[in-house]
Amino acid sequence: MLIPHPLLGLRDAEEFTYLGDARLLDRPDGMAEGAAAAFYEYVHLRDNPAGVHRELWFHEQGDRSWLVVTRNTVTHEILGAELARNVKGGAA
Amino acid sequence: MRYSGLRVIKEALTGHKGWKPIWRNPEPQSSYDYIIIGGGGHGLATAYYLSNTFKKARIAVLEKGWLGSGNIGRNTTIIRSNYLLPGNEPFYEFSMKLWENLEQEFNFNAMVSQRGILNLLHTDAQRDAYRRRGNAMILAGADAELLDQDGVRAMYPWLNFDNARFPIKGGLLQRRAGTARHDGVAWGYARGADLKGVDLIQNCEVTGFRIENGTMRGVETSRGYIAANKVGVAVAGSTGRVMAMAGMRMPIESHVLQAFVSEGLKPTIDGVITFGAGHFYVSQSDKGGLVFGGDIDGYNSYAQRGNMAVIEDVAQGGMALMPAIGRARLLRVWGGIMDMSMDGSPIIDRTPVSGLYLNAGWCYGGFKATPASGYAFAHLLATDTPHETARAYRLDRFERGLPIDEKGMGAQPNLH
Repeated sequence: MLIPHPLLGLRDAEEFTYLGDARLLDRPDGMAEGAAAAFYEYVHLRDNPAGVHRELWFHEQGDRSWLVVTRNTVTHEILGAELARNVKGGAA
Repeated sequence: MRYSGLRVIKEALTGHKGWKPIWRNPEPQSSYDYIIIGGGGHGLATAYYLSNTFKKARIAVLEKGWLGSGNIGRNTTIIRSNYLLPGNEPFYEFSMKLWENLEQEFNFNAMVSQRGILNLLHTDAQRDAYRRRGNAMILAGADAELLDQDGVRAMYPWLNFDNARFPIKGGLLQRRAGTARHDGVAWGYARGADLKGVDLIQNCEVTGFRIENGTMRGVETSRGYIAANKVGVAVAGSTGRVMAMAGMRMPIESHVLQAFVSEGLKPTIDGVITFGAGHFYVSQSDKGGLVFGGDIDGYNSYAQRGNMAVIEDVAQGGMALMPAIGRARLLRVWGGIMDMSMDGSPIIDRTPVSGLYLNAGWCYGGFKATPASGYAFAHLLATDTPHETARAYRLDRFERGLPIDEKGMGAQPNLH
């Protein structure tokens, strides 16, 4: 798979480390009411869709940026990639 | 029709005209007492034990494609019970004991071959870890032997013992482990269930659940609505998709695992060998092909095929272990979809929906578990209590902080 890095162009997926669903960017507030349940869902539960999936890839063997890659889990077609910090806003 | 040596001779002398299809192809009835979703190894084994051991009737297995079309026919056929943790080892040893008597039990040749599995070790720390694992196995009633380098050399003199980075210093041997004919396992269970009147319904995709006030009423399928008060889901690889229809998110990601077979070679490997410094495991089929595999690709996938980088990685593991493999050509490469759970261990449990039961999360170790998984799931469906070896496989263990994490990787499915 080739990942279209927004700064570096097409890069081999082998240069990256895979983390998982991009929803991991939305970390719950540990001080909020019901934080234990929210963290259980955050850490352990996944949508795991068959089809379009937004997911976090770390360019470990490259510029060490986190990307949000949109990819089809049925065909492995990569539909786009953006810098995670632009998705999250601020330092991600 | 019972199979026997006499029967084979009789058929050979009469032109093999007496063999009949070994299961029916029934139309679905309007209701059953038990529905198993998924006609793979675990689903068929569940139906088998539910009908034969727990004496239940009015059972159907619903399969989207054909029987045994998923991971039961895609694995590297290894059976073993060399786990460490108390939540796991008794369960897998129970499975090993069921394997040992499987063919007599269901009167079908599953080619169970206890040819032994050897886990190689390459460092002093790894020897300590394997000694501990071996002791845990023996405590649970399994067998284990720790071999030194000479012991390994006597078994496989052609391994690369003097690899500069990862010299082979010994290994943990389980002699009762081995291989089985994976398709034969599915067919044997299917036939045994069918003989007891279980309806094996193929080309019947479940498209939804009918749940009223938190209680299971039945399933919507591509062949119409079928009522049932007890529904068991055994659809490893697709667990997330099926359970989403019941409104549940799962502690599971689906990942692709590739497996490989070489061209047929002269008999070389009479057991199963695993490389301890990388992820590589190999055995030789009765046709002569080297059957081997390694890590999952590592990203969410439902594709049943993987990428070249992992093929290269697995081949490198093989070359480090047995350089002679470099002369062999690959015959086939394929992929299967694994239910990668958050702690690397499976789930056999009830769910928040009354009457909906779950068998899932087998990661890439589901084949060896097939008999015990079926037995324990049938036990749960029939009695509403967990089998004594499967008590730890609860769906809520993540929420309660009781994971069963053999590798100590945490909630990161692609590392298990």
